[in-house]
Amino acid sequence: MSNAEQPTPQLYASREPIFPRRVSGKFRSLKWVIMIITLGIYYVTPWIRWDRGPELPDQAVLIDLANRRFFFFWIEIWPHEFYFVAGLLIMAGLGLFLFTSALGRVWCGYACPQTVWTDLFILVERWVEGDRNARLRLHRQKKWDFAKFRLRMTKWVLWLLIALATGGAWVFYFADAPTLLWNLVTGAAHPVAYTTMLVLTATTFFFGGFAREQICIYACPWPRIQAAMMDEDTLTVGYREWRGEPRGKHRKAEGAEQLGDCIDCMACVNVCPMGIDIRNGQQLECITCALCIDACDDMMAKIGKPRGLIDYLALSDETRERGGQPPRSVWTHIFRLRTIMYTTLWSLVGVGLVFALFIRPDIEMTVAPVRNPTFVTLSDGSIRNTYDVRLLNKHGESRPFRITLKGDPTLRVQLEGTPYETVDVPANEMLLQRVYVVAPKGSAPANDERTEFRFWVEDLTNGDRASHDTVFNGRAN
Amino acid sequence: MADNKKNDDLDYETTGHSWDGIQEYNKPLPKWWLWTFYICIVWGIGYTIAYPAWPGIKDSTAGLLGFSTRGDVAAEIAAQEAKLGPINEKLAAAELTEIAADADLQGYALNAGAAVFRTWCAQCHGSGAAGAKGYPNLLDDDWLWGGSIEDIHTTITHGIRNADDDEARFSQMPAFGKDELLDAGQIDAVVNYVMSLSGDPVDAAKVADGQVVYADNCAACHAEDGTGDIFQGAPNLTDAIWLYGGDYDTLHETVTNARFGVMPNWNSRLSEAEIRAVASYVHSLGGGE
Repeated sequence: MSNAEQPTPQLYASREPIFPRRVSGKFRSLKWVIMIITLGIYYVTPWIRWDRGPELPDQAVLIDLANRRFFFFWIEIWPHEFYFVAGLLIMAGLGLFLFTSALGRVWCGYACPQTVWTDLFILVERWVEGDRNARLRLHRQKKWDFAKFRLRMTKWVLWLLIALATGGAWVFYFADAPTLLWNLVTGAAHPVAYTTMLVLTATTFFFGGFAREQICIYACPWPRIQAAMMDEDTLTVGYREWRGEPRGKHRKAEGAEQLGDCIDCMACVNVCPMGIDIRNGQQLECITCALCIDACDDMMAKIGKPRGLIDYLALSDETRERGGQPPRSVWTHIFRLRTIMYTTLWSLVGVGLVFALFIRPDIEMTVAPVRNPTFVTLSDGSIRNTYDVRLLNKHGESRPFRITLKGDPTLRVQLEGTPYETVDVPANEMLLQRVYVVAPKGSAPANDERTEFRFWVEDLTNGDRASHDTVFNGRAN
Repeated sequence: MADNKKNDDLDYETTGHSWDGIQEYNKPLPKWWLWTFYICIVWGIGYTIAYPAWPGIKDSTAGLLGFSTRGDVAAEIAAQEAKLGPINEKLAAAELTEIAADADLQGYALNAGAAVFRTWCAQCHGSGAAGAKGYPNLLDDDWLWGGSIEDIHTTITHGIRNADDDEARFSQMPAFGKDELLDAGQIDAVVNYVMSLSGDPVDAAKVADGQVVYADNCAACHAEDGTGDIFQGAPNLTDAIWLYGGDYDTLHETVTNARFGVMPNWNSRLSEAEIRAVASYVHSLGGGE
């Protein structure tokens, strides 16, 4: 309790507004490129068309909730194939582990929607209100004169338009985009579409414009989880304190030759979207966006020092560098057992999914034997079992399927509702067909307890076949 | 990579806790969190005024909005009934034999019928409709009163041997033993004869006597050849299906004391649409004619 004599701190504090300064450099350029790509994918994807024939939607990526179908270019996922989605989520999780163990919070810094949209909102803010100093002035100006009102309104309207486009793009993933857009404009769309848009517009506007870094610091669980995935070889943004300290501004003053490379210009602090000073070491607010690296490199070039006072560093290199040795290469940090194992796992799941995708049959049959009762005695003494057979037709037109069985020759198949052994399965539907199997009186299956046999279903249009093994229960049960 | 000691230069207060030299900042919470907390309190008070909340001795405060979960359920049921009104009317008005041809109507009838069956019929006939001793199996192809959709509909509507409906299906087998219509030897003989009709092993010596007893006492209802009569609900004695059991002891008891199975008339409890739905369902179970 060494600090007992210090004054009691405030329990609650209002947010310190952050005005990140404009910066340019290789990481900033990389972030622009990633922003254009991610936003481009998000906004453009629902508008890509993909011809699937007359009865299916022609939207390349569509989550069809009403028909419980997910369309992704040439792939069509049915509800019972949801394991593909689970697999993709596992891959996303493993990918996040991989990137975090190799490059720290690289997701947070470059690709997280919160970061990307905040970046976009700050860009708009800078276009309208000017760079850091102009924004600070405007913020400190208490009086709402016409100029301030005009600037603020312009900024908010632009933000709102971006937010509206964001919420708008989301709903296009769930319905035919051109139709929905027309319906949205004419007021004919479903209330759920409007509500979703409204909520996403509001959250985008608020999170990107006002909450910003607070989402990362207070709301998001990922910063807390990621610490478990980083180790001493993880490359993360850090400050070469041994090179920069003691810091000092006055290079021509007495004793300046003992100063380190840091000239305390605050460039790294001014560009930080999280409002922290990276020279205090890694901290939970840092999203490793690397803008401070760009800012510092720029300054080092101006004063004629080598770049990298603030840089992507691994903890394990600290002692080497303090001893005057160069850091180990980036690749030795990235290619280590841990990341290789994550990559292997990730690839295994991926290969498994692709494999599963290719061996998917075009017709599917599931057979559920009705066990209540296990068998029925008919008036002529024969024994009948009932099976609920579900037939899936993934094609765009209605097709005849023939159901037969292979097993004991005395067994006979009958379909409920038809004297034939063929049933029409409508396009893109799962048909539930009740199927009876009858064993004549005195036959082996009728008297035995269990007789195994196999149902075969054949798509008469193209000859595709699928089978399912099941059991016939006789009177010995 | 930073030196922890350097943080002493900062203005931040620490909590005073120290674990392995790692200290914890005592940074303040954001103000808007505090405001969110206050807003939640205000919201909570408003909620208890608007909705049922405060418990009393017998019940709770009703709330200004007059909300109740029971009312909600009642409204939902009413809405559902209103929604199903048209198809129920269509079902009630349709020709019985043409329901199956209309895919929409048949689909609705089977689903609704399955629900009605599980609610009202499963107690006796079983959840899988396989029946039990004395309660007919509805899955097989043997029907006491007929297995066409019209026959099933009539049976469900009016029931069997009940006193509540004048149109109930009615028939009664005499208690040949209890009322001393036949003596013990005759009963023994006729049971052996009946068992022989469906090919069960019997005492061949008694069959001839039994055949005479059968022709005099049983053939009027169960027919000369033992195939029964669905117009009076007389079971077919030649097939493999027995409502009470086809072994000697059970048949002996049946002939001695007779049987009198009853079924309620469902027209007093179910709507016409519900009766038609459950008739369609039963007809679809594999035995429908």
